[in-house]
Amino acid sequence: MAQLKYKDSIYPVTTGSSVLETLLEHGQAIPNNCRAGACHSCLMQATSGNVPDAAQKGLKDSHKARDFFLACVCKPEEDMEVCLPDIEQLKFPAKVSQITKLSNDVVELKIKTQQPVDYFAGQFVTLWRDDELGRNYSLASLPGVDDELIFHIRLIPNGQFTSWVANELKVGDEIFVQEPVGDCFYTQGNPEQNLLLIGTGTGLAPLFGIFRDAIQSGHSGEIHLFHGGLNPSGLYLHDMLSAFAEQHSNFYYHPCVLKAEEGMAKNIVEGDLSKIVSQLIDKPAGWKSYLCGDPEIVKKLRKQIFMAGSNMNDIYSDPFVYT
Amino acid sequence: MASLYERLGGEAAVDAAVDIFYRKVLSDDRVNGFFDDVDMEAQAAKQKGFLTMVFGGPNNYTGKDMRDGHKHLVERGLNDSHVDAIVELLGATLKELGVADADIQEVADLANSVRDDVLNR
Ligand SMILES: Cc1cc2nc3c(=O)[nH]c(=O)nc-3n(C[C@H](O)[C@H](O)[C@H](O)COP(=O)(O)OP(=O)(O)OC[C@H]3O[C@@H](n4cnc5c(N)ncnc54)[C@H](O)[C@@H]3O)c2cc1C
Repeated sequence: MAQLKYKDSIYPVTTGSSVLETLLEHGQAIPNNCRAGACHSCLMQATSGNVPDAAQKGLKDSHKARDFFLACVCKPEEDMEVCLPDIEQLKFPAKVSQITKLSNDVVELKIKTQQPVDYFAGQFVTLWRDDELGRNYSLASLPGVDDELIFHIRLIPNGQFTSWVANELKVGDEIFVQEPVGDCFYTQGNPEQNLLLIGTGTGLAPLFGIFRDAIQSGHSGEIHLFHGGLNPSGLYLHDMLSAFAEQHSNFYYHPCVLKAEEGMAKNIVEGDLSKIVSQLIDKPAGWKSYLCGDPEIVKKLRKQIFMAGSNMNDIYSDPFVYT
Repeated sequence: MASLYERLGGEAAVDAAVDIFYRKVLSDDRVNGFFDDVDMEAQAAKQKGFLTMVFGGPNNYTGKDMRDGHKHLVERGLNDSHVDAIVELLGATLKELGVADADIQEVADLANSVRDDVLNR
């Protein structure tokens, strides 16, 4: 059985248990959230022992090189000594410059950092209210075009972070940002490839940066953006995206809702999102796909698109995992 | 003479085969029940390891790994008929990629050589 050393104590790791589980079981406070290797809240650092590859999936090379790993998916095979990285080093302050309501339950938050932030459109950051409370949000902004970092935040009833955004956060307030991560972004080098972008709810946020990045980079293949909402008011950028599609001949916007409403815009299709996608894009072989938002829908679409002939390596996803 | 792994085309061949093979596994009702609830990406990585092994490539699987990795599936009813189905899908994948029958047989033999470990007997 592997032994885990943390803060001068040694804990046995039962086979199959993660570093996070082991430390929590012993009453250690380790920040965590999704417990699935997605949100990066439980970032730790190994000071001795080998880090299993699976525990570093999705981390930046510079972090891997410093033996950072995700505690929730780290199942030690041999003894390890671990610590919490100095997370303050990875955070920087920003000032809220604008908060706009985009729909009943989605706000657009714009924040400005003192120094420019290096990121790819579509990556996500952790926004911190204070030392204790942080949540992941995808970047909807495009580096080099948007001066600010832009987020689309869906207000969750009684949600800790989102209630604070809705009720307390004001223009001029300070907020802390932990550096951008994730591999869901546009990559150059294949301008003719068709792109399939599918988002539910605020899963539109990363896609909003990704397709603008593609178009700005001169992408010539077709770009199909599907946005799924429960009802028409959930399609919070409907008018802007419809207009954008008119202006760009290779960009197609497919607004979809589960429940239609009388008088809704004519381009909105009612039905199950995955069915609408499979009817319109029946042969995604050779396409690149980006799937963001509700974890169950992302999982279902990922399988559907793979089974329809797309390479696994051509499917990127950002499930908005929550606990 | 080149080794089986070299004849098949090494790692590039594994990469070409893994998506086709995994797609076949997920569409086959005889075996897809065992793969229903798993994380697809993690599973694809495991399939790659498996294909590398049965292609005669570099791997460090031990009989114990095979036993431990499949124990929970044996408890859920994994038996010879499922291993037969996997070997069949493996053959169909290689045929699709234009691999010679003699090489396909060699791959099947390698897959069959771990059958007892996989089935924990
Ligand atoms: C990689 C990643 C990127 C993300 N990007 C975005 C983004 O761009 N925009 C965005 O709005 N959110 C995004 N999220 C989700 C976000 O991080 C928070 O989970 C969400 O805002 C809720 O936080 P909260 O503190 O308000 O709610 P909490 O206090 O954490 O939760 C309150 C209650 O609501 C439930 N709950 C939480 N989220 C949901 C949900 N989505 N649907 C239904 N019930 C829920 C919880 O189970 C809990 O019972 C992302 C998540 C991940 C992992």
